[in-house]
Amino acid sequence: MPVQLFVTCLVNSLYPGVGRATVRLLEQAGYEVEFPLDQTCCGQPAYNGGFQSEARAQTRQTLDVLDATDGPIIVPSGSCAAMLIHHSKELVAGDAAYLLKAERVAGRTRELTQFLVEDAGFEPATVDCDGCTTTYHASCHGLRWLGVREQPKHLLDEAGIDRVELSGEDECCGFGGLFSIKAPEVSTAMMDTKIERIEASGADIVVGVDVSCLMHIGGGLKRRGSTVETKHIAEILAGELE
Amino acid sequence: MTSFRERIQDAFSEGVPIAIDRGARGHFEHRQEAAAAFPQMEEMRDRARQIRAEVIADLDVHLRQFADSVARNGGNVFFAADADEANEYIVNLARAEGVSRAVKVKSMVTEEIHLNSALEAAGVEAVETDLGEFIVQLAGETPSHIIAPVLHKDRYQIGRLFAEKLGVAYTDDPGELNDIARGFLRERFLTAGMGISGANFGVADDGSIALVTNEGNGRLCTTAPRIHVVVMGMERLVRNRADLAVMLEVLARSATGQGLSSYTNIVAGPRRPGEPDGPDQFHVVVVDNGRSATLGSTIAEILFCIRCGACLNACPVYRHIGGHAYGSVYSGPIGKVLTPSLFGLEEWHDLPATSSLCGACQEVCPVRIDIPKLLVELRSQSTHTMSPGIRGGLAAYAWASTRPRVFRVLTRLGAIVGKLWSRDGWMRRVPVLQGWTKERELPAPASETFYDWWRKRGE
Repeated sequence: MPVQLFVTCLVNSLYPGVGRATVRLLEQAGYEVEFPLDQTCCGQPAYNGGFQSEARAQTRQTLDVLDATDGPIIVPSGSCAAMLIHHSKELVAGDAAYLLKAERVAGRTRELTQFLVEDAGFEPATVDCDGCTTTYHASCHGLRWLGVREQPKHLLDEAGIDRVELSGEDECCGFGGLFSIKAPEVSTAMMDTKIERIEASGADIVVGVDVSCLMHIGGGLKRRGSTVETKHIAEILAGELE
Repeated sequence: MTSFRERIQDAFSEGVPIAIDRGARGHFEHRQEAAAAFPQMEEMRDRARQIRAEVIADLDVHLRQFADSVARNGGNVFFAADADEANEYIVNLARAEGVSRAVKVKSMVTEEIHLNSALEAAGVEAVETDLGEFIVQLAGETPSHIIAPVLHKDRYQIGRLFAEKLGVAYTDDPGELNDIARGFLRERFLTAGMGISGANFGVADDGSIALVTNEGNGRLCTTAPRIHVVVMGMERLVRNRADLAVMLEVLARSATGQGLSSYTNIVAGPRRPGEPDGPDQFHVVVVDNGRSATLGSTIAEILFCIRCGACLNACPVYRHIGGHAYGSVYSGPIGKVLTPSLFGLEEWHDLPATSSLCGACQEVCPVRIDIPKLLVELRSQSTHTMSPGIRGGLAAYAWASTRPRVFRVLTRLGAIVGKLWSRDGWMRRVPVLQGWTKERELPAPASETFYDWWRKRGE
């Protein structure tokens, strides 16, 4: 059965390894992965910033590309999936033809771990990560707009990966896109709270489903000289640990 | 006025009191426990939202009915277009009735219109009787939380404040502090000519108002003085007592985690013949002050708010900076929408801009206000306030996004620039992204995009 990979612009440019791992996982789960070549950015940064016409242009592009394909659309990001499932419709609500496309695409779009656990019934292979200990950070948009809460933890546990609970796992890391640049003081304070808790958990890898939050947490860990690493769930499940 | 960012910087340099995070988190946890222990919570939230939506949709009709009902009960209703009109009515009433002292129940709308300073200017002493508000007033401060005004202070600070301002021996024992305040306030209750309260809800069909408190000061303020003045935001109506019951189910649970506040007063006008107590006069000042401009706008949903404070407690930004940094009586997530809607987006655009859109607020809102969506809506009305760099960057990115070939070339270019600028895959300083790189490393673009990997893989 074919599935369409919407890889997200951040993964495409900054974290292609997450995209490769996603492909491998989906193939392991028995799907034939297709990658619509003209995909770009779903428009989330512009939407969140209030730039509706820019976001609408990006949404239309994305809808044109994805609506021309078949099968589930898999997104290795909770926030980009939430954009396709919820906000694209708002942006094109005034245009009946695009609204139809937006509804069809929304109906086919799934965040990666939700798809693997709820639709595919995927059982991950046992992962040997050299005695690593992980903890899970729940990204806000996947959590609150899509209900991604237990699925990633379930997959980690099924893969036999040691996992400790993260205190306040569902509290925002302070990324928030433009927020992190426009209000760096409070963004950083939120990140520091998150980092303190990650370090207190005793984990050496923090796992998430959104590279944007992991980029934020990871950038903070790196600057603070921490040895804790960040990994997208696809990387760790596909065994892509360096 | 300072910017929100400057006020946040000030808050951090002064040191945000630990009491704020602890207090807000405590209220939040109580709310979570109360919601979990009440099987109908989610259904009640749906009903509460429906009730508020229906009232707001026909607010003019319900306001007229409310005014008629209050008049039928022997009260007066005054519709104040703005803060000045509201204050003027109350000051004139105090003067005409020879009132020199008023006791007050905690009320955010009286904070909004700065009623206390208007009364003081007219020679009327206004005494806050809610313990938290009393402390805030003694300290000459403003509330830092809409239901817990003194969340920013711990008991040691309160002990020192009482010793300094009330001339009592220092104590930091909460029970003793409470007794000191009670002793001080008792005489004020008995000698005040006017009691001033807000209204948690006005009931349209019978003209009563509902007031919830945990200290009983609401009962004294609304029964002991001979005049009771209610100040109510014009949106705070429910249709009838049955709807009120639903609202009360969610209000205290969301605010403090209580099933019901310790005191729920329903006041339906002045004392009637044969009744032993209650005021001789009952006035309701219905305050517009920007609300009717919000009605029918794209952010009208904010008028559903019942001021429970749950969103403040859930908000990671609020927990880190406290209420005062917001610069307005209304702080937290709801304040980021309410403040610009009441007092102008031009002046307050940086409030909605400063949110990570994490959605923790919406998750606990008893009337399910989609706060993140309203924040995005306000951002869309104030994009002109964004820096040229951000505007240009987003416009350019959107332009390239609709041209896949250009997009692919640019991402490859990004990979090259990133490689030159970075070390071990990270960038330490990026001139246009200093806000980020001051405290965080930025990952460099990978040397090969996913797209290019995919194309090679297929070959």
